[in-house]
Amino acid sequence: MSKTIRVHIVSAESEIWEGEAEMVFASAEQGGMGIAPRHAPLLTRLEPGEVRVRKPGGEEMDFYVSGGILEIQPHLVSILADTAERAADLDEAAAIEAKRRAEEAIANRKGDVDISRAQAQLAEAAARLKLVQKLKKKKS
Amino acid sequence: MAGAKEIRTQIKSIGNTQKITKAMEMVAASKMRRAQDRMAASRPYAKSIRRVIGHLANANPDYRHPYLIPREPKRVNLLVISTDRGLCGGLNINLFKSVLREIRDWQDKGVDVELTLIGAKASAFFSRLGLDIVAETSHLGDSPHLTDLIGTVRETLNRFDDKKIDLIRIAHNEFVNTMTQQPEILPLLPVEPSEDDELLEHWDYIYEPSTPEALLEQVLTRYVESQVYQGVVENVACEQAARMVAMKAATDNAGEMIDSLQLEYNKARQAAITQELAEIVGGAAAV
Repeated sequence: MSKTIRVHIVSAESEIWEGEAEMVFASAEQGGMGIAPRHAPLLTRLEPGEVRVRKPGGEEMDFYVSGGILEIQPHLVSILADTAERAADLDEAAAIEAKRRAEEAIANRKGDVDISRAQAQLAEAAARLKLVQKLKKKKS
Repeated sequence: MAGAKEIRTQIKSIGNTQKITKAMEMVAASKMRRAQDRMAASRPYAKSIRRVIGHLANANPDYRHPYLIPREPKRVNLLVISTDRGLCGGLNINLFKSVLREIRDWQDKGVDVELTLIGAKASAFFSRLGLDIVAETSHLGDSPHLTDLIGTVRETLNRFDDKKIDLIRIAHNEFVNTMTQQPEILPLLPVEPSEDDELLEHWDYIYEPSTPEALLEQVLTRYVESQVYQGVVENVACEQAARMVAMKAATDNAGEMIDSLQLEYNKARQAAITQELAEIVGGAAAV
């Protein structure tokens, strides 16, 4: 029976840490948790706070996560950390901002160009590109 | 001989341009390497989250989250990721071409299309098209952060939640290698089950809180966000690679131009000397 558990801490932007641990402490949604090897499979949300990893030999490492998801399997702890603190209303505010920018883009619309016209423009640009390449090939 | 001075000036100015394109090429090369690192760094998260989704979907056959159920498409959202800046060859044009083809295909089938745009070039191009743009974001820089994408993704997901759209597809450039970048349009929502999602043995998580719905919602949202983020990061790598290649070609072309102008200049100089000599000789003979 193994005395350690594999820990994998990742965020969407980077891999934060991976290694073996004797014990992992994390602040889950419903309170602090200590995870030992052979823990039952569990899935929960993490609160913003620290994740403490005790490595074999007793050395401890601290990570700060601003929330995320904690997945436990008997031999693997995955911490899917958020890259920033998230709250529903903050997300909504950002969504409204993105929408506003889109409306701005529509407001700045110059004339009414339909798809076929845009396609024609693209075709022209592509043809020009091809010609340049052809000329270059001829030259060399 | 006319033009010797003009040619010299022209050579000098092309030389200056060449210096700039050379510098841009080197900058793009180093930025590309970093972008590739970021691309690799974002993969483990997507992989882990994909595994959790697969498991959740299989372990709870009685509960299906809307993000996992395919719907008959009446309206489709295309999330187009482009670069913010130009001077990167045909990268954006190629992508937009395949997006236009996709739009046409949907419209031929009688399906409405709306757009979510990431990147200044996409907004500049598609804002003239007359299609609905539901969310837009640009100027993410060379090291994009997921935080800057949350709003755009949330707005698009909200529309999916409200059943205003039935399908989200994501369009960006795929990084094949330094020389090759390919436009790629993939389904984003609903999440399609993959083969790895097959459950080998039946076990289920303990959920905290005990209902998986809210958890699944968060996991799926994060998954979509990470997919969009990966697309953005990959597109940055493509942008830098394409710019590097374009700037290399520009530098080479400038070199060729300088060579031929130099030849012309030498000829002009020679001609001027010959003529001067002929004039002196002619003058001496006349005396």
